[in-house]
Amino acid sequence: MLWLLFFLVTAIHAELCQPGAENAFKVRLSIRTALGDKAYAWDTNEEYLFKAMVAFSMRKVANREKTEISHVLLCNVTQRVSFWFVVTDPSEKHTLPAVEVQEAIRMNRNRINNAFFLNDQTLEFLKIPSTLIPPTDPPVPIWIIIFGVIFCIVIVAIILLILSGIRQRRRKDKGPSEVDDTEDKCENTITIENGIPCDPLDTKGGHVNDAFMTEDERLTPL
Amino acid sequence: MALAPGPDPLGDGSGDERPKWDNKLQYLLSCVGFAVGLGNIWRFPYLCQTYGGGAFLIPYFIALAFEGIPLFHMELAIGQRLRKGSIGVWTTISPYLGGIGLGCFTVSSLIGIYYNTVLTWVLWYLLNSFQNPLPWSACPPDRNRTGFVEECQRSSSVSYFWYRQTLNVTADINDSGSIQWQLLVCLVASWAVVYLCIIRGIETTGKAIYFTALFPYLVLTIFLIRGLTLPGATEGLTYLFTPKMQILQNPRVWLDAATQIFFSLSLAFGGHIAFSSYNPPRNNCKKDAVTIALVNSMTSLYAAIIVFSVLGFKAANDHGRCLDRNILHLINAFDFPDQSISRDDYAAVLAHLNVTQPERVAGLGLESCRLEDFLDKSASGTGLAFIVFTEAILHMPGAPGWAVLFFGMLFTLGLSSMFGNMEAVITPLLDMGVMPRWVPKEVLTGVACLSCFLASIHFTLHSGNYWLEVFDRYAASLNLVIFAFLEVVGIVYVYGMNRFCDDVAWMTGRRPSLYWRVTWKVVSPLLLLTIFVAYIALLARVPPSYRAWNPQYDQFPTQQENVYPGWVQVTCVLLSFLPVLLVPAVALAQLLVRHRRKKKDALQDMHLKPQDSGAC
Repeated sequence: MLWLLFFLVTAIHAELCQPGAENAFKVRLSIRTALGDKAYAWDTNEEYLFKAMVAFSMRKVANREKTEISHVLLCNVTQRVSFWFVVTDPSEKHTLPAVEVQEAIRMNRNRINNAFFLNDQTLEFLKIPSTLIPPTDPPVPIWIIIFGVIFCIVIVAIILLILSGIRQRRRKDKGPSEVDDTEDKCENTITIENGIPCDPLDTKGGHVNDAFMTEDERLTPL
Repeated sequence: MALAPGPDPLGDGSGDERPKWDNKLQYLLSCVGFAVGLGNIWRFPYLCQTYGGGAFLIPYFIALAFEGIPLFHMELAIGQRLRKGSIGVWTTISPYLGGIGLGCFTVSSLIGIYYNTVLTWVLWYLLNSFQNPLPWSACPPDRNRTGFVEECQRSSSVSYFWYRQTLNVTADINDSGSIQWQLLVCLVASWAVVYLCIIRGIETTGKAIYFTALFPYLVLTIFLIRGLTLPGATEGLTYLFTPKMQILQNPRVWLDAATQIFFSLSLAFGGHIAFSSYNPPRNNCKKDAVTIALVNSMTSLYAAIIVFSVLGFKAANDHGRCLDRNILHLINAFDFPDQSISRDDYAAVLAHLNVTQPERVAGLGLESCRLEDFLDKSASGTGLAFIVFTEAILHMPGAPGWAVLFFGMLFTLGLSSMFGNMEAVITPLLDMGVMPRWVPKEVLTGVACLSCFLASIHFTLHSGNYWLEVFDRYAASLNLVIFAFLEVVGIVYVYGMNRFCDDVAWMTGRRPSLYWRVTWKVVSPLLLLTIFVAYIALLARVPPSYRAWNPQYDQFPTQQENVYPGWVQVTCVLLSFLPVLLVPAVALAQLLVRHRRKKKDALQDMHLKPQDSGAC
């Protein structure tokens, strides 16, 4: 009798969990890709852990707090490693709707990944899309910071060059006027244009030669 | 034809206030920096790759010997002799030929406007390289964070970063969009850097050139060491440099070699004339010309080695990942254990499976992974720098450092070329005395930079990339060839070959040999004429079209081939021919002025004849 019951249960379970069955999900693991030499072998103990994680995720969903490990069925485990799983309700006759399972797995994806030292790419749930990490944008984009630094340096350098240019020009202008100063101490105001003092005759402080002036007046205008 | 009297060779005191180079090295570095530009990195390797690898070097060096070096020597000699910028030189040779100088000046301004936009893009990438991971390494997630942005998914993260996040390009040149503010900000910065370096003419350029001309060589050497040690580099080098001699039968190869050497040396811009006008009069310009031209070509070759080794690495990498994708398909479909098929076993396993279960294998949709296919992928211009190279850098360890070095190198390369460009614009303005003498030089350079900046704002629009291609293809190419032709003809036949040879003998101490005379008189003009005719023939054959980045296109990510709308075609024609029309326009204007002056002189003579007394 007991054997009959056992066979019945196994048969029902076999029907519930099949590749492509309703509410069943395929899972694919790439342990060697993720861990390389430190890869562990996939055996029944790992399967037990997986069932435990799925049951844990389901228990976090409302109305499903009574999910047990035995309610999670695994089948078709291949060498890949890939397998199918379903979650049944307490009666063990029906499977839970795919939407609920999907929701539960998505909420706890990180915990499941970490339990197996894998990530979203190496532990794939084939019909459950993973939520991507949002890009961590710093409050000020880095390029603006570096741009600000470079631009400030350039502007300061331009201003320095312009100022030094003005100073150089002023020194050059003052140069020839200083030469005149040593010759003539009398004059105070000299109009300098292009380094050449204007009206050098006037600043000589000489006297007007009347004879010269009258000679000029004698000439008939053109 | 009335020739203006040449300057007295011994008493050339007109250059007493003319700025001077601090030393010969500054002058050489400035010319080298002007000649060596972005084209050496992203045009020459592409031509080498497309035209049979090592075989391309044959037409390249022939063009260098018969066209590049003679024209270059001529430009340096005439600038050094007449000690003026391009406009001044041509007005001195003959007032009727002043249009050549004016045309060169116009073309240089047009090129300066759009060249700095490329520098802006390089600066943007440089600023974005200071982070890990690099922003073009991964696609951004879409709005509900279940996958990546579709445009990025279908193309690649590097293409997405270039076309969408940098340029934000529209699908059509008609659709201008708005200004991309990030690019505008970078444009301001790059014009500020250019202004900083040319603020006092060669006084400041000469100091800046030490860094901007030498830094690229340092980076190229670092990249050479890195590149040669990358896996797959040697295969890339051998494959890409292996000469395929039969390609030399294609006339297109010779045309492209001649064109490349012409643009690579930056001839007919007026920049070299400007630089050599600041030289002492007795300087061996022949040695300078040969040295600089050879340095330019060697740099191209050096850069090609580096580019090919990086391309080889990238091809090996892509090939490996193609194999990995196929292996994953096989493992997933046939449930083999994870990592059970290595890249070396793949071929054997695939063959075995094809025999045992061919239908299942066919249904998988495996890609064909051949290393030669990846090696044959070539790119030039912005595609090489911003898409191919950025992707290759992603796979190098320490990627942000390499990105910073690479874009820093591109920026300094472009900057030293901009110096020559702006010098070609500013020196003629200074010589012509456009501004009164009391206006300091800083103001003149500032005004020049500001006007170029305002004109280049157009390229920061969303359709700016398409406009840049228009300018690159039509403003530069045809005009420069025509101006170079007119330059050679003008100097040889108007200025006089004997007079020119005398000048060169006075400057360098030796008369030009038969090689120079033959190339100046016959070979170079013929080559330039051939290039011009071939260009026109090629342009006339197909209606001008451009490749647009259109996410809505059904064959996206292949770019859509659009024909230019009518008004853009008109702009292309204007850009190609307006600078050249300046030559006859100025000649005509001079003719009219002379005619009117002759008439006025004749009238004055008639009025003055009755009065004989020499009163004054």
